[in-house]
Parts: sequence; structure tokens; C-alpha cells
Amino acid sequence: MRWIVRPSWPGCPAAPPRGPQLAPGTILGVPVDIDIAKVARLARLALTPEEMERYGAQLGAILEHAVSLQALDIEGVPPTAHPLPMLNALRPDEVEETLDREEVLSQAPDREGPYFRVPPFLEEA
Amino acid sequence: MKGDPADLTIAAAAAAMRAGELSATALLDAVRRRAAATEAQLHAYLTLDFEGAERAAAAADAAFARGEDPGPLAGIPVAVKDNMCTRGMETTCGSRILSGYHPPYDATAVARLRAAGAVVIGKTNMDEFAMGSSTENSAYGPTRNPWDPERVPGGSSGGSAAAVAAGSALGALGSDTGGSIRQPASLCGVVGLKPTYGLVSRYGLVAFASSLDQIGPFARTVTDAATLFEAVAGYDPSDATSYRGPVPEVRPGLEAGPAGLRVGVIAELAGEGNEPAVLAAFARMLEALQGAGAEVRQLSLPSMPYALDAYYLIAPAECSANLARFDGVRYGLRLPGDTVEEMMAASRRDGFGPEVTRRILLGTYALSAGYYEAFYGRAQKVRTRVIEDFARAYKEVDVLVVPTSPTTAFRMGERTEDPLAMYLADVGTIPCNLGGGPGISVPVGLDRWGLPIGFQVLAPPLGEAALLRAARAVEALAGFSARPALATSGVS
Repeated sequence: MRWIVRPSWPGCPAAPPRGPQLAPGTILGVPVDIDIAKVARLARLALTPEEMERYGAQLGAILEHAVSLQALDIEGVPPTAHPLPMLNALRPDEVEETLDREEVLSQAPDREGPYFRVPPFLEEA
Repeated sequence: MKGDPADLTIAAAAAAMRAGELSATALLDAVRRRAAATEAQLHAYLTLDFEGAERAAAAADAAFARGEDPGPLAGIPVAVKDNMCTRGMETTCGSRILSGYHPPYDATAVARLRAAGAVVIGKTNMDEFAMGSSTENSAYGPTRNPWDPERVPGGSSGGSAAAVAAGSALGALGSDTGGSIRQPASLCGVVGLKPTYGLVSRYGLVAFASSLDQIGPFARTVTDAATLFEAVAGYDPSDATSYRGPVPEVRPGLEAGPAGLRVGVIAELAGEGNEPAVLAAFARMLEALQGAGAEVRQLSLPSMPYALDAYYLIAPAECSANLARFDGVRYGLRLPGDTVEEMMAASRRDGFGPEVTRRILLGTYALSAGYYEAFYGRAQKVRTRVIEDFARAYKEVDVLVVPTSPTTAFRMGERTEDPLAMYLADVGTIPCNLGGGPGISVPVGLDRWGLPIGFQVLAPPLGEAALLRAARAVEALAGFSARPALATSGVS
């Protein structure tokens, strides 16, 4: 049995040991395949190769611990997203006081007049 | 006044002020002296604002002089965890990414403290974005435990716990997502209360895991914790998840005592895995409760051992979504980048510390296509089982009890290299967050190294009355009156 961590960077660490009750390369019945470079890009984190290596190994260890969850029978159990039985919270659609624009913009790293200014995110035609 | 006013309980200080024996200004001076004597070693605070505090104290004194009563917390110096927005006062969340951030508004909990007359003296240190159990994950350096500066104060609200223990605040607010109020309260020998989910508004609390986060108080007594709870609890239209019903009345039954109280011990969390000294103190308190007329029994809640792993999927998943807002656009740290995506990725990489990065990565992975059902979905179903187990137990007992923390304060640096070892510090506190009910830690004794041991009481959602009655009974039976060396050395 083998822990699958796709080597997305040079020097990917050896697979950590795994519990004996698992199907090959799975956690909680799902084939585990941590593409750490992809996860870092989705999370908008510009990690170095060394950081990816370290975090990839730690993620594996934490997820392996989560394997214990499969020992609890959850057949037919609905998921809980919110601990109290609450439905939609509605309020009257009325004009209210808002934060002061200048006070809000004063915290911006960069601004232009009443706008937040950012580097380009669209190519010029 | 006998003794140093910084060591007074909120109740005693409030009574002394109303009797004309103590002014809010004198009380603030005492707390300032204590902070000056302890902060170099403790580092409980990230920001101290004695100028603002002096104005609030003077306002309280002026109101008393006019014969008015400005509120139950009038003139009481309190501290606020640095993940709650304070208008114009720096709010960093213990993170580099929010260095220099001055919020344009007060969190509702802070506004309510001020409205009750409290004197907000500063912002307390914390694990970055409340992720951690030792306050070692702060970007601004750790807080130390007032009982032993070589040890951690617990976390993530370690600054609030340490300040209340040391006397550099009479009470404080913290936040509790997986035990971040109760565990540091236990390690610092003070009372820490996590109210029912939704009872305290989270408007202005920097979100970590939204289905779990809750604001609550630290104090040196259960009665003081109740006073702070009453001041901050209640519906807030600015927080769509805040509870619309009435706040449970905790004051009338507070002194009802343990006789007739039905107490359940969670078998799965009250045995092996806890240090012998913690278990011994726990057992002594159970005997004391029984001897005082409480009905103590052991109950099995089979889902409890799975709560920790479910939490460490749910909380990172929610954190990865919540922390997406820190992108260098509207506030906080920004690094240069040729494109907006490069700018964001560089800012986030430099702005977040290792534990926050780890949890964002874990959460992003657990929520990504193909893994959602296996990880987040499954954890949410385990959560349902936890809630069902609690509901079944509360048909038979009024409160459940379990050691707050499996160990007393551990040494600084001992667990920083091993995330899993750090996570295990929360094994006794996490079920309460998954279930949504309230929980409280009360100090009941010291181990042989003189480190405090906490006793945790849990109650069903909105069960604050039973919770605080039981906690007050535990407090009275324990008779815990020890104070950390740091609070008494060099103080006349």
C-alpha cells in the first residue's frame, strides 16, 4: 500500500506510513492525491518549493489522522452546517447608516480617488 | 481599600466604586501599574490605550459624582482580544497581514462593553487569526503564562487569559472556535465562558470558522463572567447569525448550589489521554459535587472521540473561505506584483504565518472538487452525530462535565513543530463548539508544579442558567484562591 502524493516539485518527500485498514492510496474511501502546487494556487499563496514540500507532508499527516472518521457509522445521517436550527434571517429593506467612505479608504494599501487601486487584471486588447 | 485594586473581582470593584471607596481612575491606575510591572515578561497585550482608557474612567467617575449609575461595568478595566474591531485602535488578529489596520467601526461586543461603562484598556495577544492553542502563533511574539513564564498560557485567547490572571485587566473578551476561551482559562487559572452559538453578536469579530466562532468572557470568578456575559449577549441585527430570542436569565439561579443538579461525566473524554493530576482534580470535584447533593453519573457519548478530527476538517475548510478576504486590496499588507493575482499571492504568502497557511491549504484541499464529500461532507455528518449524542445525554442530565484540557500548561516550543500534538490540546473543548451549546472552564486546583487545572461544564444550547449555576457550585466547592506569582511579586 502506498500513500500517493503527486510529486509536483523536485525533492518530494517519501510517503508517510499509513494505517493498515485502508484501501490503497485512499482516505475515507477517496483516492488521495495532494497536488500541493495546485492547492497553493487555488488558495492564492505564492509558496516556495521548500514550503510546498513541508506543507504537503504536514497535510498528509493531518489527513491521515482524519482516517479515524471512517470508523464512525454515518450511514443516512444528514450533514450539519449550522449548530442551531435557524432559517433565513430577514430584515426590512430600509436605508441605514453606512461606514464613512473616507475612513474605509484610509485603510487601503493603494487608492485613486474613491476607488481601491490594484495592479492590472485584464490584458490590454 | 485593602490590597491592590488590580486584584479585585469585578463585583468587589463595582461595589467599592458605588460605596465611594474607589474611583474608576484609581482602579485604572492600579491596573496600569500592574501592566507596567508584568508586560515586559508576559506580553499579554498587543496594544495598550491608556489615553482612551483614562477618558472612559474619568467619564465613569463624573457620572458617579453626578449620582448616576453608568452601568454594571462602569469604570471596570477590561481587555479585548485583538480579533475584535475597535474603532481607530489597531486590530491585527496577531497577524502580519493586518499590521497597522485601524478599523472604521467597533465590534458589537466591544460597543456593548463600552455602553455598559467598561473601560477598554487594550487589545490582547492571540494565535494568528485565532488558530492555535498556545498563543505561540502570534506574528508579534508569544504571550507567557503568569504561573510560569517558561510555559504557554494556552490559546488562542492566551493574552486575554494571562491579563486577567496577572491583574492587568479585571475581565476580558476572547473568542472560542474550538476551545480558545476555555483552554487558556484552564491553563491560566481563570474562568472562561463560551456562550451558546449565536448569543453574542459577531459583527466586527474577524471570522475564522463561522459555524463555530463565538465571543465570550474571561474573569476571575463565575459571577464576574456572568456580568460580562449579560453585558455583551443579545440579538444584533448586524449579525445575521445572532440568536433572535431572549438571552437566558443567569442571575436568579446563580447561587442555587449543587443539590439536585444532575451531572453527567462524558466517559469518552474523562479517562485515558488526560494527565493523572488533571484526572485526580476532576475526580475530587465529582466527589465534592456528589457529597453536596448533586446526582453524578457517567454517560457514553460515542461520537466524542471523532469530534477532534471532524473539527480539523470543518474549521480549516471554513477558514480557507473566510480568509480569502485578505487579498491586499482593501486593507492590510500588500506586496508588489505585476498582475492582481501575483500581488494577492505574494501578499498572502508574506502576510500569513505557518499555521494559518497550513489551515488554508488544508481547507482549500478539503473543499476542492472530488474531495468535498469525503472530507467536509463527512465531517459535517459526524457533527450531526455529536449533536445527537449531546441531545440524548441532556435528556438525562442538566450539565455534562469533562476536564477542560488534558494537560496543564505545557512548555513553550514543546509542540510548535508538531501540529497534531498541538491540536490534541483541544480534544476536550471541541465537542462543545460542534454542538453549539455553552461551555465554561473553572479553576479547581494546582498540579505539583503549581500549574492550574480547569474543570469544564457543558450545557445544551441556551442552557446558560444551568451552566452557570453548576459552574458557581464547582467554584464554591473548589475554593480556588491561588494567584500566580507574577501577580503578587513586587506588588504591595
